[in-house]
Amino acid sequence: MNNASHLAFKEIWRNKGRFLLFSLVIALITVLILFVAALGEGLGAGNREYLEKLDGELIVFQATARLSIPSSRLERDRLPQLRNIEGVQDVGPVGFSAAAIPLGGRSDLFDVSLIGVEPGLPGMPPVVDGQPLIRRTTDEVLIDSTVALVTDAKVGDWLLFRSIQGSDEEFYRLRVVGITDSQKYSIRPSVFVPYVTWARIRPQALVGSGLNDLSSHIMVVKLVDPAEIDVVRQRIEARVSNVQAVDRRTAYENTPGYREQQSTLQTQNGFALLIGLLVIGGFFQIQTLQKVGQIGMLKAIGTPEVLIASALLIQIAIINAVGVGLGGLASLGLSFVFPANVPIIFEPRSAAMAVGSILVMGPLGGLVSIRYSLGIEPLTALGLSS
Amino acid sequence: MQTALEAQALIKTYTSGGRTVNAVDDISFGLANGEFLALVGPSGSGKTTLLAILAGLLTPDSGTVSIAGEVLSQMSERRRASFRRQRIGFAFQANNLVPYLSALENVELMLRLNGKRDRDGRRRARELLTRLGLEDRLNALPRQLSGGQQQRVAIARSLIHKPALVLADEPTASLDTERAFQVVETLADLVHEEGRAAIMVTHDLRMIKVCDRVVQLMDGKITQVLETQEDLACLANPADCTKIPMNVFGAGQEMAAAE
Repeated sequence: MNNASHLAFKEIWRNKGRFLLFSLVIALITVLILFVAALGEGLGAGNREYLEKLDGELIVFQATARLSIPSSRLERDRLPQLRNIEGVQDVGPVGFSAAAIPLGGRSDLFDVSLIGVEPGLPGMPPVVDGQPLIRRTTDEVLIDSTVALVTDAKVGDWLLFRSIQGSDEEFYRLRVVGITDSQKYSIRPSVFVPYVTWARIRPQALVGSGLNDLSSHIMVVKLVDPAEIDVVRQRIEARVSNVQAVDRRTAYENTPGYREQQSTLQTQNGFALLIGLLVIGGFFQIQTLQKVGQIGMLKAIGTPEVLIASALLIQIAIINAVGVGLGGLASLGLSFVFPANVPIIFEPRSAAMAVGSILVMGPLGGLVSIRYSLGIEPLTALGLSS
Repeated sequence: MQTALEAQALIKTYTSGGRTVNAVDDISFGLANGEFLALVGPSGSGKTTLLAILAGLLTPDSGTVSIAGEVLSQMSERRRASFRRQRIGFAFQANNLVPYLSALENVELMLRLNGKRDRDGRRRARELLTRLGLEDRLNALPRQLSGGQQQRVAIARSLIHKPALVLADEPTASLDTERAFQVVETLADLVHEEGRAAIMVTHDLRMIKVCDRVVQLMDGKITQVLETQEDLACLANPADCTKIPMNVFGAGQEMAAAE
């Protein structure tokens, strides 16, 4: 062990309580940063998950809707027009609305996104259990894994759905034929029904009136060659009137509130990091101020400045790493006890970025105290510093 | 006897409140190996400033300091730090020890810094601490040691790396008379035995009977030098003498010295 490490370890070891306490502060900051990142990921996924996982490369909107799903309306006749464009393999219409599943009694409702898809066409998610939707006009439903978890429904079970028709509540019984992975949309878990069924049961002014209008919100386009996305997009917009085609990312980034939500959470994360930076910087600065005489003595007896700075840096790195480790473990533990419907997702990449930024933040916060310690006069040890 | 330290025409002035103060005013003296010198004088006489110049911590306005034949003013800042580490031993009034290192680790610190913490070095550290009566306190932290024990650890640290010069700034200031004398006596014994040169700044005249020479400073100048055992003994015990050979504390403070 070199001299800097020796001094750093000895000071930590002989002041375990104080340093552990400070590591716990860093651990709390880590938990905060990780949870804000996980919340950002969870809420982001809650908005985009279905769109992000779509089995098509392009999403087509009504041009005048300015990429707003609720505002977009595409008539059925756009389907053959899109299919006939060179480079398009298949097209599927998708409609979005909301419904609720009564849990226990009819007053305890679990909100879900009710999504209409055409069986076998782009837009229908793959199942992880059971069968996909096959027939166009049945009372069959696919539920995503969160719905399955919350309702405890299994393939073959019947689920009751509530939908507002006019000013009344209507209830529909649908049979679960398959379960998909998590497919959240609009911060709600999703259920998928054949498009005609969706048109019939979705919230509307009069019961069943949706069957008279089978227009969809968007159409999902699967390409023959995904590498030709830009070329096909331009072809679609040139040959089909009043449509706008975008990739999946552009589509979900334009869902209502998505960007505002993400930028708010990123700002919160930035502030949490800044607070961490100031807390770490403040702690080590106070500690350095308390050690002025001792550092003066070390310099007077000829201790190289680089050794004093290295010892401080090693100390900061160790305390920071211990804090981040404890915070990471605490976050992991907490993530297991959160209910499934809480939008928290520990995505490895964003968690690694959050942890990485805290690890960098520690030494950055300590730079002021390192600089200060290097400026301490060795004459301090003789009482001549003034 | 070989010269350990040579100070030549040292001058250091400060400007304080528009007034120029001669903290060190044309001081020259030499110190041989194995010689233990006491630097005495009233507060503000320039003792600590002179000590800082001799240690290479403060640059004089003019004059030179050479230790073991090497001139401090010709060294870079980094080289001076390295020279202090290798050739000078320090014992301060306060802030003497690293609080999170044990007594033994504090002594061994000088060996670590000089890359000499081998088996012989570690054995010597234990021997020094044992010699200073701390054999059962080797693993105690400074906060677990009394003031006298801490000073003894500092003395062991100042000698462990076999320096050419030991500088001690009032090492007994916070100790009672009996403990203070024990500490200084042990320092003097070790300096004499190992042939090191040492300078001790002190206010306490009772400590100087173990010294070989006493230099009195007043307003930055050397005003008197005592070398004979008779004078030194008289200075240490003024009640036994008809004539006090040195007014260490300045005019009007003779009684305080005698008390």
